[in-house]
Amino acid sequence: MKPASLFALIGLAALAAPIRAGDAGDAAGRGLYEARCGGCHALDADRVGPRHAGVFGRKAGSVAGFAYSPALAQSRIVWGDDTLERWLRDPEALIPGQRMNFRVSDPAERRAIVDFLRTAR
Amino acid sequence: MTALIVPSRRNFLSTTGKAGLSAAAVALLAGRPGLADAAGGDMGKDVDILNVALGLEHEAINAYQLGAGSGLLQKPVLDVAVLFQSHHKSHRDALIATIEKMGGKPVMEKSLDDYAKALNAASLKSQADVLSLAAKLELGASNAYLGVIPSFKDPALAQVAGRLAADETMHWTALSSALGRMLPAKALSFGA
Repeated sequence: MKPASLFALIGLAALAAPIRAGDAGDAAGRGLYEARCGGCHALDADRVGPRHAGVFGRKAGSVAGFAYSPALAQSRIVWGDDTLERWLRDPEALIPGQRMNFRVSDPAERRAIVDFLRTAR
Repeated sequence: MTALIVPSRRNFLSTTGKAGLSAAAVALLAGRPGLADAAGGDMGKDVDILNVALGLEHEAINAYQLGAGSGLLQKPVLDVAVLFQSHHKSHRDALIATIEKMGGKPVMEKSLDDYAKALNAASLKSQADVLSLAAKLELGASNAYLGVIPSFKDPALAQVAGRLAADETMHWTALSSALGRMLPAKALSFGA
């Protein structure tokens, strides 16, 4: 790292409030969705992944204009409690050939994310 | 640009072409011949994962560009944003080199306007808004990298994903500190 950048980083640290221990581990619902899914998804915009608003009851691969994998586009799956839970557990097992490949290994987190998505309109 | 899996000169020269690289060859190129047996067949899945990662890096670079160009960031925060953007550019270049070396086609970057719309950049009104967006994206990226690790066929690439996640986590921690946010009270808060 260049010295100037290092100084800048030190400057940022000086600017910052002290780091405090908190209760972010309790984040559920929206917070958990943003933490686990927010790298690629948003509710109301297509990013690396498609938008999630209204995903419950929607046919997989059906957001207009999003470039899905052929496997997802041709899937007949409809997103609901069971399909989303299985998708988050192991997307390749549910739809071979998909491109997401991201897994949420914790069953409680999967449940919380699916619960949140049910309300995402 | 350096690939994420670095070929030795000898192995590289013995390779007939990037389109012909097998998973075993990639493992050998990593300088870890023991991986050659484990890598097995389908590399296409790993290329798919790397391409999703590349899409994330394109977005991160453009998010920092939007922040830097917004006029909302003051020094030294601006310098740090540019530093973090440079990390993402290095990730991007390494991912592109690796995807090409594996015979894949790297996903293209979208326009800055496209990213601005998708990230709702028009809503950014302050330095804290920009940092909050950056922190959100870095946290998501860290978890995304951790969450794809079990899906890699090649353990060397899984390790690369871990290294990328570490960079994103470093960014998130610095941004959270700048915003005066609380850190997670519990251990193992990433990548569950």
